[in-house]
Amino acid sequence: MGSKLGRALERRLPLIVVSPLFAASLVFVYGFILWTVWISFTKSRVLPTYDFAGLLQYERLWSTPRWHVALSNLVIFWALFVVLCLVIGTLLAILLDQRIRIEGVIRTIYLYPMALSFVVTGTVWKWMLNPGLGLEHVMQQAGFEGFRFDWLVNPDFAIYTVVVAGVWQSSGYAMALFLAGLRSVDDELLKAAAIDGAGPLRIYLRIVLPMLRPVLMSVVIILSHLAIKSFDLVVALTGGGPGYATDMPATFMYAFAFQRSELGLAAASAVMMLMTVIAIIVPYLYSELRRR
Amino acid sequence: MKQASGIVRPKGWWQTLQRLFLFAVLGLFCIYYLVPLFVMVSTSLKSLAEIREGTLLAPPRAINGEAWAKAWSTACVGVRCNGLAPYFMNSVLMVVPAVLISTFLGALNGYALTKWRFRGADMIFALMLFGAFIPFQVILLPMARTLGELGLAGTIPGLVFVHTVYGLAFTTLFFRNFFIGVSDGIVQAAQIDGAGFFGIFFRIVLPMSIPAIVVTVIWQFTQIWNDFLFGIAFTVGESNPVTVALNNVVNTSTGVKEYNVDMAAAIIAALPTLAVYVLAGAWFVRGLSAGAVKG
Repeated sequence: MGSKLGRALERRLPLIVVSPLFAASLVFVYGFILWTVWISFTKSRVLPTYDFAGLLQYERLWSTPRWHVALSNLVIFWALFVVLCLVIGTLLAILLDQRIRIEGVIRTIYLYPMALSFVVTGTVWKWMLNPGLGLEHVMQQAGFEGFRFDWLVNPDFAIYTVVVAGVWQSSGYAMALFLAGLRSVDDELLKAAAIDGAGPLRIYLRIVLPMLRPVLMSVVIILSHLAIKSFDLVVALTGGGPGYATDMPATFMYAFAFQRSELGLAAASAVMMLMTVIAIIVPYLYSELRRR
Repeated sequence: MKQASGIVRPKGWWQTLQRLFLFAVLGLFCIYYLVPLFVMVSTSLKSLAEIREGTLLAPPRAINGEAWAKAWSTACVGVRCNGLAPYFMNSVLMVVPAVLISTFLGALNGYALTKWRFRGADMIFALMLFGAFIPFQVILLPMARTLGELGLAGTIPGLVFVHTVYGLAFTTLFFRNFFIGVSDGIVQAAQIDGAGFFGIFFRIVLPMSIPAIVVTVIWQFTQIWNDFLFGIAFTVGESNPVTVALNNVVNTSTGVKEYNVDMAAAIIAALPTLAVYVLAGAWFVRGLSAGAVKG
């Protein structure tokens, strides 16, 4: 490395190493997004065309009934999934925080579904909720002859089976994040409150939970992000059906891109998904990065 | 944990009652989380006749491994009836290089961005981080075309490429967060001793980042093994990863529905990530909280 050139090269090595990786990100993230956005403004169907066609695809998208089904499913799933995961996660975190000796074991049990693929989760719940042989059958055998549970094949209720399976998989994750938050609350503060005569319930409601606001914020964001991207679970559990009753934006996009060869329409739906994620993530990232 | 914060305070029978209630609730939730696993295992060990006669929650009368053998080697995935074995191998061939490459590049990138801060490093990081959050639907179409043009469409190397590219944002984030906590003095001292960029990376930085490497490898392994979207969008038939093959086994509409085979197949597909979780749970949890930013 004696030569001048060598030293100059050595000084720029970090930049030389980062550049191709950054370039890959520019192309495969930003470039690809631009391509998709552009296609969403064209008449592309089976093959991409590049002539600007205005908002045609967005008009088609918003006048497609299936898209509206997908959106209302997303709203239902999102709201229930986030709320139920938060409630279960907070409850379990607080209960686990009571000096339980076998906490490690219990935590392992609560969290293992996170290690599973959503496809596996979907497969199992599909079997358990099977009308005829699943839980319905169990209840009937237990003496409740008239028990009916056909949500999986009932277009009005099938989306709730996705919620059931999704909450089963992800509520332990919410618990783990909350528990980490609880452990970071200062002990001294709680002791002081206890000395002042505050009961345990009041300590939780008035002191601990408000202090967990930032954690709550992250958990909501993470769960929302999971909800918007949910694809595997729907495909494995209901296949989007019956009909397209449990379609979500992610499965809608996939169906129109790869099964129906409606590139423009699929691109428009993907752009809508991206906008939704940006609306949630960017303010969060901004506040996170500023805090550090 | 904390004396003061406990719901439970020493008060005799009242304390005992609360403690019982506490364990009852915790126990109920244990059952809630474990029932699907139990159902999966017990169904996979039953014969089809027993499944029809008995109930979901009944344990198998006798251990019957037929469904497992079938799921592994003769179950039909679409039109091919070779079981999950070849697809399991596909997943292995996909996950090993993808995890190693994305972890290595993430470490190198995180190191360059934190320990050799050049102008614009923060901006580059912020821009790259965005890639961890996008819904992948927005890149599916152009990526499918790109893979086609590279001659990688429908191949395992194609999947490795995709997982590496989109795993990079996260692995970089992870190593950057780790390296920020490492003193700059170590690097500066090595520089004075005449060590260069790569020398410091391989001899000093990498050996001290074992924890970060373990967490990243486990996280990436779980993510990539469990992936379904890229697998179904970018592979066809023979090159499907195991998650896609599992879905095909379950949703093959011809013939008798073999729930025991479905469940055995689901366990086979889940086994590698479950094993990692059981063996390295603590690391997995650390990845989850680190990946919390990613979601």
